[in-house]
Amino acid sequence: MSINEREIILEARNVTKVFRTSKGRPLLANDSVNLTVRRGETLGIAGESGCGKSTFIRMATMLDPPTSGQILFRGQDVSGLRGEKLRAARRHVQMVFQDPGEAFSPRMKVKNIICEPLRNFGLISRSQVRKKAEELLAMVELPPEYAERYARDMSGGQRQRVGIARALALEPELLVCDEVTSALDVSVQKRIVDLLLKLQREKNITMIFICHDIALVRAFAHRTAIMYLGNVVEIVPGRQLGISPCHPYTEALRNALFDLDMDFSKPIEAIESEAPSPLDVPPGCPFSGRCGHCSDRCRTEKPALRDIAPGHQVACHLFD
Amino acid sequence: MLKVDNITVEYDGVPVLENFSLDLSTGQVVCLVGESGSGKTTVIRAILGLLPEGGTVSKGDILFEGKSLLHSEASYVESLRGRDITMIFQDSGAMIDPISTIGSQFIEYIRAHDRSLSKRQAYQRAAQMLTQMRLPDADNVMHSYPFQLSGGMRQRVGIAMAMTFEPKLLLADEPTSALDVTTQAQIVRQMMDLHIYHQTSIIIVTHNLGVAAYMSDLSDRILVMKKGRVVESGNREEILHHPKDPYTKELLAAIPTMEGEVYVDQ
Ligand SMILES: Nc1ncnc2c1ncn2[C@@H]1O[C@H](COP(=O)(O)OP(=O)(O)OP(=O)(O)O)[C@@H](O)[C@H]1O
Ligand SMILES: Nc1ncnc2c1ncn2[C@@H]1O[C@H](COP(=O)(O)OP(=O)(O)OP(=O)(O)O)[C@@H](O)[C@H]1O
Ligand code: SF4
Ligand SMILES: [Mg+2]
Ligand SMILES: [Mg+2]
Repeated sequence: MSINEREIILEARNVTKVFRTSKGRPLLANDSVNLTVRRGETLGIAGESGCGKSTFIRMATMLDPPTSGQILFRGQDVSGLRGEKLRAARRHVQMVFQDPGEAFSPRMKVKNIICEPLRNFGLISRSQVRKKAEELLAMVELPPEYAERYARDMSGGQRQRVGIARALALEPELLVCDEVTSALDVSVQKRIVDLLLKLQREKNITMIFICHDIALVRAFAHRTAIMYLGNVVEIVPGRQLGISPCHPYTEALRNALFDLDMDFSKPIEAIESEAPSPLDVPPGCPFSGRCGHCSDRCRTEKPALRDIAPGHQVACHLFD
Repeated sequence: MLKVDNITVEYDGVPVLENFSLDLSTGQVVCLVGESGSGKTTVIRAILGLLPEGGTVSKGDILFEGKSLLHSEASYVESLRGRDITMIFQDSGAMIDPISTIGSQFIEYIRAHDRSLSKRQAYQRAAQMLTQMRLPDADNVMHSYPFQLSGGMRQRVGIAMAMTFEPKLLLADEPTSALDVTTQAQIVRQMMDLHIYHQTSIIIVTHNLGVAAYMSDLSDRILVMKKGRVVESGNREEILHHPKDPYTKELLAAIPTMEGEVYVDQ
């Protein structure tokens, strides 16, 4: 069965998130985001720092409610769930946080960090904790004796792997990874990616994978959403990522990669203009302030996501 | 200017870094790459005298401008830290106080190292540094609490602080791995400007060999680390094109590229 015929696990409909700043100004972190993820699929998300990726997945994993719009998990609207219902729904959705400190205290022992979700749902007894922790540690290539360590006594990449082990403990249907590989050297990274691929094949896990390394996303995700200033500006099948035709912002990402074969005597390309602020979103295209192809129309009319090829959507007037 | 002479670092008696040496002259760049857990952060923290509790340099010495950092009075090292030697932490988010605003922390930092500046001047300097790091709306960032910023925004606050005083030595631990590639490119260019215009020497830890190669000249060095030891060192040409150690080769082979294989059926 091709992926497009499978059950939709997660659907975001016009999801918008507005935060208030310390001074009470509205900050538009997600601007009517529409995305779907199907069973056994990996959706990659890449985009500028501060463009709203973590905000989106915090809503997708039911940690924060959207300001407006809906999140559907297997067809059920979960945006308004509370209490026991919310707890029960969350069991099937696990998240590995960008910052391991958000998920666990550095003063906790590794075995308790890893087994906490299992204990919360009453799935293992206290006496099983050590053994289960060792099993999960082995999955992320950490030695069994780390079970008794404190999280603060580990390196950055080791802590990140503890976060992954913890999220895998409950064998979730949907696993959301926020920038989990960036703290790892490329060879451990490759093995963690292989582990996730294996779990996906065996257990049909659905994944959302936020990652700045677009070369890795291209290899790992079935589809990738490119975000910019709270908006999804492109949805592209994995291997076509960064291959033209694509959104001008995606092209900028492509050109800013540090490549081993690049000409080191030339300065790396970067977008030199000032970054736009979600406190002051331009009326037309979100990328208009920095785009080399910007026309008058771009400054007034916001482009919608449109199909340009099967499975490939772009929000840019160049593709009308 | 900096000489790390054959140091061994232990945590609670267990050595995690053994016989590590490094020589850095003014305006030079050294890149540390290698395995997760191999001791890269440990090297940087040892230089700055900021090893966590239980950590000690059990052997060797560290000299900055000819003077031992290990055997000098604490006040001497403290006077260097934050001004002549600064550090960008791997996890800047965790280093920032969660309950006070970015602005109050940044202003306090600036005034602690330069008492001649008024609060207003310090505010302006801080806002200017934040803008230089491509953070939108510096005033809003100054008034924000850390939880109101994204991971990469917090990281850039840490980078801005470390670059404020144009240090002689910048120790950068994974400065850009939390950033998207266009922002990463901007920050790398900022660090290179500091290096070129102010002769700042840099030790950078990175998992991105492309960044390491870009930041280091042919006269600079890349050190490849594994299990507390340097397994190979050389300039970018030697490391990228003529690697000798099997681990270096393994690392080079594992780098995903835009042209490389894809792992899933699409
Ligand atoms: N709790 C909050 N209160 C106010 N503003 C917030 C809050 N959380 C996030 N923001 C703002 O929302 C915007 C999006 O942040 P988000 O963390 O989603 O970005 P991101 O895409 O994950 O970036 P990064 O790649 O740097 O992690 C930012 O401008 C951030 O300052
Ligand atoms: N406070 C501590 N107590 C005991 N062991 C520690 C402590 N901090 C780090 N270690 C151990 O020392 C070794 C080196 O850690 P270090 O943080 O220097 O690694 P690293 O090379 O920076 O790794 P990464 O790339 O994952 O950040 C690791 O095996 C780690 O588990
Ligand atoms: S719509 Fe216009 S400004 Fe926006 S990306 Fe396309 S060409 Fe650039
Ligand atoms: Mg984020
Ligand atoms: Mg480290």
